[in-house]
Amino acid sequence: MKQRASLLGGVAAIVATFVVFVIPFLFIILMAFKDRQQSALRDFSWPTGFHLWDNVFEVVKTRNWMMITAFINSSIITVASVSLLVVFAAMVGFILARRKTRWNPLIEFLILAGLMVPPAVVPTIWVLQGLKLFGTLHGMILIEVAYNLPFSIILYRAFIATIPKDMDEAAIIDGARPLDVFFRIILPMLWPVTVTNIVVQSVGIFNDFTNPLYYLPGNANATVQLTLFNFQSQFSTAYNLLFTNILLITIPPLIVFLFFNRQIVAGMTAGAVKG
Amino acid sequence: MTKTRISALLGASVLGMLLTANAVQAQQSGNLQFLIDNGPQSVAVAEAWVAAYTEQNPDVTIDIEVRPGGGEGDNIVKTRLATGAMADVFFYNSGSLFQAINPVQNLLPVTNEPWQAGIQESFKSVVSAGGEVYGTPFAPAMGGGIFYNKPIYEELGLQVPKSWDEFMANNEKIKAAGKVAVIQTYGETWTSQLFVLADFFNVLAAEPDFAERFTANQAKFATSPAALRGFEKLQEVYEGGYLNADFGAATYPDGLRMVATGEGAHYPMLTFGVGAIAETVPDNLQDVGFFAQPGDSADSNGLTTWMPDSIYIAKTTQNPELAKDFVGFIGSPEGCDIRNEAVGATGPYMIEGCELPEDVPPAVADMLPYFQEGGQNAPALEFLSPVKGPALEQITVEVGSGIRPAAEGAALYDEDVRKQAQQLGLEGW
Amino acid sequence: MAVSSMGNVAGAPSQRAQAQKRSPYPGWFYLPAAIIYAVLFLAPTFASLYFSLTRWTLFDSVFIGFDNFAQFFREPFLVKGLVNTLIYAVVTSGLKVVIGMALAIMLTSQIVARGYLRSVIFFPVLVSTVGVGITFTVLMHPTQGMINETLALFGIAGPGWLVDPRLALFSVALVDVWKGVGLATVIYIAGVVAIPKDYYEAARIDGATKWQNFRYVTLPLMRPATATVITLSFIGGLRTFDLIWAMTKGGPGFASDTIASVIYKQYQAGFYGLSTAGNVVLFVLIAVLVVPLTMLLNRKQGHE
Repeated sequence: MKQRASLLGGVAAIVATFVVFVIPFLFIILMAFKDRQQSALRDFSWPTGFHLWDNVFEVVKTRNWMMITAFINSSIITVASVSLLVVFAAMVGFILARRKTRWNPLIEFLILAGLMVPPAVVPTIWVLQGLKLFGTLHGMILIEVAYNLPFSIILYRAFIATIPKDMDEAAIIDGARPLDVFFRIILPMLWPVTVTNIVVQSVGIFNDFTNPLYYLPGNANATVQLTLFNFQSQFSTAYNLLFTNILLITIPPLIVFLFFNRQIVAGMTAGAVKG
Repeated sequence: MTKTRISALLGASVLGMLLTANAVQAQQSGNLQFLIDNGPQSVAVAEAWVAAYTEQNPDVTIDIEVRPGGGEGDNIVKTRLATGAMADVFFYNSGSLFQAINPVQNLLPVTNEPWQAGIQESFKSVVSAGGEVYGTPFAPAMGGGIFYNKPIYEELGLQVPKSWDEFMANNEKIKAAGKVAVIQTYGETWTSQLFVLADFFNVLAAEPDFAERFTANQAKFATSPAALRGFEKLQEVYEGGYLNADFGAATYPDGLRMVATGEGAHYPMLTFGVGAIAETVPDNLQDVGFFAQPGDSADSNGLTTWMPDSIYIAKTTQNPELAKDFVGFIGSPEGCDIRNEAVGATGPYMIEGCELPEDVPPAVADMLPYFQEGGQNAPALEFLSPVKGPALEQITVEVGSGIRPAAEGAALYDEDVRKQAQQLGLEGW
Repeated sequence: MAVSSMGNVAGAPSQRAQAQKRSPYPGWFYLPAAIIYAVLFLAPTFASLYFSLTRWTLFDSVFIGFDNFAQFFREPFLVKGLVNTLIYAVVTSGLKVVIGMALAIMLTSQIVARGYLRSVIFFPVLVSTVGVGITFTVLMHPTQGMINETLALFGIAGPGWLVDPRLALFSVALVDVWKGVGLATVIYIAGVVAIPKDYYEAARIDGATKWQNFRYVTLPLMRPATATVITLSFIGGLRTFDLIWAMTKGGPGFASDTIASVIYKQYQAGFYGLSTAGNVVLFVLIAVLVVPLTMLLNRKQGHE
């Protein structure tokens, strides 16, 4: 009896989530399979022919293969900035959770401010130009690090607070240097939060659209979100190509998701809640 | 950085001098960045120009860079100019928006370049600042008015309207026949401004000094009956129930398709839309005609005209001689021919020696008489006054969707333009 | 370099003595993050504070005191934008709390296909906002959109989701919830999983009903998770921009404008000083709302 109720509930849940969450993605996929005429109808119908490869080819070769450049650039930016974020934010979170000084409130305020204040574009461009980093991938990576540090630090600090101090103190007494303590003992213990950080930040940075728009001008510097933006009006009458583009840029997050799916909840348990 | 730039400039100009000294038909070399907007027409014509130019100058490479159009595009152009990161050659509006990018400080003057001799004074006046000319026409002149579907007009036995009342009477008949009389496409907000902007010929007919008084903060849309009419017309077509059902979500390509295929009878738009119709629904190109937005009296019927957008050279270019040579190529009869070939003819050129092909589409043919002897036309307000409020397109969407009455919309717009006037530092604001 | 206060192990080998002088928590660990943050975020932000007091064309600036702030509050759409921002933040964070909590309880119960359910609910979190915006703009088209065409099959005339001025903001908010509820759910799942089984055991012995279980055990113990969800989605809602811009650009007219979109429009129009002043206003607003909110949420936590 009870089992049957839960089975019924399960089926209802499956149907409901299918309609709400899966159909929009199926719509994107179906559109990507259609030709231009059929896609113009924008309905949920079976494609009349198999046009996926044509569409993919068309999208990828548009504007001198910009999509390829964009994927390379976005990958570099994402991997580099997430790596830096993880290390730097964990270092700050570690010290912030362990060492209580009268500066802590100020530091915490600055971190919270980073979550809240919208960045000032033009002065930032001046700074980047002064450092000769404007319009370069290096500059973009540092920008992403700067803008996303606060969130990562907050995640790490909350988690580190739950790890007993004995560990690091014992290690120091054994003669380990602080850097060793951090990289050999603390950082590995932070793995669950690190996963959360990697997932949330890599997806956020990969999907970032406003910042590359400002700080990374030029065709050679295109990122995947900008291709979507660039193509949006160029493809304004070709919905099949527009949705093929959306489909293509959804693949990398899908891969991240498949890799880390099981660990996402574990990371959340660790980082966000125990604070 | 400055040093290298100066030496590069020196190098380039020395090279330029050598070439002219030799009086050879200079073969150019080097690399240029060319920034345009991402409209399919712009991309197609830019690619055609670059292909033709680099064929004649094999040592030149030109990278076309694409930016979004509309407000986002404005933003990118301004940001890149202000930070010295502008492409060598770029496409941007003429008229009031041109004044806002601080041309004297950011652009390379081309007043005395040879190709400027062939460009009409009326165009030069909207790309000049501080006594220097900065622009070269990117496209032919345009008219703002109303595209109409010829088969519907024939089927219902309608005449091209000369007054607003005749236009509304036509709308009523079209509606009675079960068709969409007026197409609006507020999914792309800029298209909502046409009824207001394209009415300016009629405003000037009633108040010849409106533009000067508007710039001087003396005339207002809300208090000038003639200027208010544009907003009222927008409200009238909405209240008449003439609009397509999806007017709030339809887009510019939808609107062009609808007027071409007869899904709707009238679509107020700039004539550059002809190019997009030719590209997307070529089979129906012959079905689209054009007339000026009618005023209240049939006696004064004329067209509100738009100067074309322009090509500019950034002052920061490393390669000014090459940039000038390329822009001169675009501003020559040869450049016009390449444009005709690539995207078709959409209106009269501002360049001497440029010819329209014999078989222009009907919508273009309908527009030409307004430009010829005996025809009447007047420039749009944005070419007579630097004051243009940024929120007009939202306000016209409101008035055109029945959210806000015309008079209130006009008053709101008067408030909106004040910021622009203050930003430009005009007298009397 | 700061010196640690701990140093009470006597007679240690010299290497150890050296180690004791070092703090295990050296201050320079702050440095890499601090330098990047200060140079690329703090410095430009402080520079922008000055520019918010000027009439700024990017090419030159004139000091005009607080005129920009006066002008910003005179903007006819600003009041509307302020109200919209609050509505949007409250609606999205409220729905995320309620739906996220319900889904989490469902997904931690004995339900079939848990893995599938959790995956499909979470996946939208990872997808590009612009892509989601474009997709739903097509789906919500008043006459050709799939949603209204489906409703029409059941004889329902669907509303103009994004073109009706009364609905547009809520339609965007719904899409925001669609995209973001997965994160809230996962945070709540983590919260439910962390509740010790003993509590339920004790409640069962006391003869508690399902509802009482939820009301007196689950709900109070999920406060930390609720605090996280509210804080994150409330700040996100106040700053929201990408989705609104991708779907309505603040329209029709000004019906779905939020402060962030008003700011962006000023920026686009070239009113850089005004737009920077708007940034300052947005910051103050967030600070005024979020700081007390976080304090409130944390204090309740302390009482547990």
